[in-house]
Amino acid sequence: MTAPLYSIPGSTQADVSATAPAASAVGGARTVNEVLAQSQVEAVMDELDRELIGLAPVKQRIRDIAALLVIDKLRASLGLAADGRQAKPSLHMCFTGNPGTGKTTVALRIAEILHRLGYVRKGHVVSVTRDDLVGQYIGHTAPKTKEVLKKAMGGVLFIDEAYYLYRPENERDYGQEAIEILLQVMENHRDDLVVILAGYKDRMDIFFKSNPGMSSRIAHHIDFPDYSSDELLAIAERMLGAQHYHFGAGARDAFSDYLERRMRQPHFANARSVRNALDRARLRAASRLFADRDRVLTKADLTTLMPADILASRVFQAAAN
Amino acid sequence: MMTNPTGRITQGQFSFLPDLTDDEIRMQVDYGLSKGYAWSVEYTDDPHPRNTYWEMFGMPMFDLKDAAGLMMELGQCRKTFPNHYIRLMAFDSTRGVESIAMSFIVNRPKSEPGFGLVRQEADGRNIRYTVHSYATDQPEGERYAG
Repeated sequence: MTAPLYSIPGSTQADVSATAPAASAVGGARTVNEVLAQSQVEAVMDELDRELIGLAPVKQRIRDIAALLVIDKLRASLGLAADGRQAKPSLHMCFTGNPGTGKTTVALRIAEILHRLGYVRKGHVVSVTRDDLVGQYIGHTAPKTKEVLKKAMGGVLFIDEAYYLYRPENERDYGQEAIEILLQVMENHRDDLVVILAGYKDRMDIFFKSNPGMSSRIAHHIDFPDYSSDELLAIAERMLGAQHYHFGAGARDAFSDYLERRMRQPHFANARSVRNALDRARLRAASRLFADRDRVLTKADLTTLMPADILASRVFQAAAN
Repeated sequence: MMTNPTGRITQGQFSFLPDLTDDEIRMQVDYGLSKGYAWSVEYTDDPHPRNTYWEMFGMPMFDLKDAAGLMMELGQCRKTFPNHYIRLMAFDSTRGVESIAMSFIVNRPKSEPGFGLVRQEADGRNIRYTVHSYATDQPEGERYAG
């Protein structure tokens, strides 16, 4: 008995309109300002400008991308949108730059902006490295990579140090398998997720040379410049402010001096090194206060870093010897 | 009187409605995700109502944020088993609940032959009744080939 004897309720209406809620979010907007007001993307861009110091080329590129998406929305509302597979611009990105230049932080902000503009549906960031994608034995890699991709769908997949995925010295490495699955999903599911690769510039270039398919699928290559010493000092003050500390008299100059010396040393990791230096200075400040047990500590005592806390650093001792 | 006039098995949610479209499935999945459920895909070709445990298609998907991941898995399951029953299940892991909170069929064979009533002569003049799926007369994997 194949053909039903009764009609199933509702079965005659073939198209049940199940519209995605995101699609109508920016309906009816006619001007750039209306789109910005409806998506509140301006607030995130301002926050990006205010909270991230330096990085002028990066901010400019993000503004360009946001502008393109806003204009696309306006085009769509007039029925000018491209159809089919080209409907949405490819937004896979590659962030190159030295350690501590803010790649992860910017990725978080980009996810927020894309979410506000309705480009990604959920706007979460899944941050992974080689270990999360590549398996240890045959048949392990594909399910592992797919699981990560499924978790990242609707948001942004941030692959840190992506060049480790490809190990040219070992031709049986499973990394290649992960790259192939990644490429397939980047192409077929570009509506569902945005992939951001991050890593050092020179090694990333080698990675792209050996995987031309990956390079051509990534539309935006963004280079993160190193910070100047003034920018690093501003970052340090911002970090301290967030922790309710501030530089005491002379401490700012001492820290500026510290940065000059530290930047000349190897393994300088920009903002990350600044954060570590400040953490160590806080440790020294705490021991300094701890040593004087009978003193009544005021709020100023507890929030001020003194020059001595910074000058006790290893960097200065090396210079003295 | 016919026992199943529409010729469709009715198990789980929405089974008296016409088949859900992909967009409708996506909305149901998003609803489940917003409740914190973990979705999984299961398939079978034995539609007996007491066949509770179907075959799992891959692992249950914890930590999903968006329905797209599940739809990808469902697409693969449909490609592999186009003529099987496929259902989506949402597992609620709340302590004390820990059971299936939603379950609905998203793929059916093209023709569903339904069930026959089997009468068994028991002691005395007693009759025992049970149902038997016509499809299961064929071996596993060949049941809905047509």
